[in-house]
Amino acid sequence: MSLIACHECDLLQQRISLPAKSKAQCGRCGAVLYRNIPNSIDRTVALSIAGLVLFICANVFPFLAFEVSGQSVQATLLSGAVALYKQGMWEVAGLVIFTCVAAPLAQILLMLYIFVPLKFNRLPYATAKAFRLLREMQNWNMIEVFMVGILVALVKLTKMAVIVPGLAMWSFMGLIIVLTAGASAIDPELVWNRFGFKKEQPGND
Amino acid sequence: MTRLPGSIENVSAMQAGLVGCHSCDLLSKIKGNDHQMLQCPRCGASLHSRKTNSIARTWALVIAAFIFYVPAMVLPITNVSSLGVSQSDTIMSGVVLFIQTGSWEIALVIFVASIIVPMMKLFILVYLLISVQQKSDKRMRDRAKLYRLTEFVGRWSMVDIYVVTILIALVNLGVIADIDAGPAAFYFAAVVIVTIFAARMFDPRLIWDEMND
Repeated sequence: MSLIACHECDLLQQRISLPAKSKAQCGRCGAVLYRNIPNSIDRTVALSIAGLVLFICANVFPFLAFEVSGQSVQATLLSGAVALYKQGMWEVAGLVIFTCVAAPLAQILLMLYIFVPLKFNRLPYATAKAFRLLREMQNWNMIEVFMVGILVALVKLTKMAVIVPGLAMWSFMGLIIVLTAGASAIDPELVWNRFGFKKEQPGND
Repeated sequence: MTRLPGSIENVSAMQAGLVGCHSCDLLSKIKGNDHQMLQCPRCGASLHSRKTNSIARTWALVIAAFIFYVPAMVLPITNVSSLGVSQSDTIMSGVVLFIQTGSWEIALVIFVASIIVPMMKLFILVYLLISVQQKSDKRMRDRAKLYRLTEFVGRWSMVDIYVVTILIALVNLGVIADIDAGPAAFYFAAVVIVTIFAARMFDPRLIWDEMND
């Protein structure tokens, strides 16, 4: 029988094995402690490959086309951040690029880097650091918030011009779904259990 | 959803002389008094029983966020100039504009995400800090839920920054008007980032330490 300390309230509890598709909650504060995710590695790999394809589409194709008095202008995901940069707001531009382009891309690449080798029973170089970085990138990936921003901007602009959503917009919506599903398909225990156990550790005998 | 049954007489890991790794959940023994420099034997993360200087650091970031909040609300977030007429909008006047043009749903989204959420988050953190400092042992579960809420909602405040970015990208490429981001965009982004870090600096385990004493 092994022990686990809740990461939110530090209560010591005994681990129990879970039925598939369920999660264990802390008995005192209710924090989610661990999950049992069927086919976790296959799911994670599949979703990150799908994510990579959608990410490329979302950044290469035009996001929105804006038609006013016969003129049509296309904008990509990056052109907004570039416009901010040109106005001298490089901090805000950097934040937008980090949260909507760099963090999702890093998340996808790290998922592939960690879980493709795991699928073939190998551990990639510096797995622990890569996994912690992945968790960090998940926190800073804010593409779902960006999507709400797009909807608000659309409402503001439909009175001035005709807005045509581009291919990138649909890819972006897909990317949100795929990355959310990918993040919740990850079972950290699968990664950590590959690391050597030290028998003298308390609660692991 | 399974609740773990076997809590061992409400003993925290720290009281049992153990520390759980924040990264891989492995329990290690605390050796000696200085348990700040230990490394997790399995994954190599540094081990802390409690986050270092959590209360002082969280207070510092909360106060910084309150300070940034003032210019974020008072200064203009967009300057629109169209046919020689220019107009500056703050976050609040943008909300009013949406109500006047009949899109009250959008007004509500911006009002909640930009004004309510950052303020609520900061006041929740102030309440948690004060209750921990006063060693309160009341409503621990509710406070744990409040903390989880602050971690979850903080990111949604970024909506207004994204709206401004998209407006600039589209409108400046066209010919009808010019939109510039105002100085409030910087301060507002600072509020969002600083509150995200403030919520992270706070250690929710401090809420429960009174119960264990």
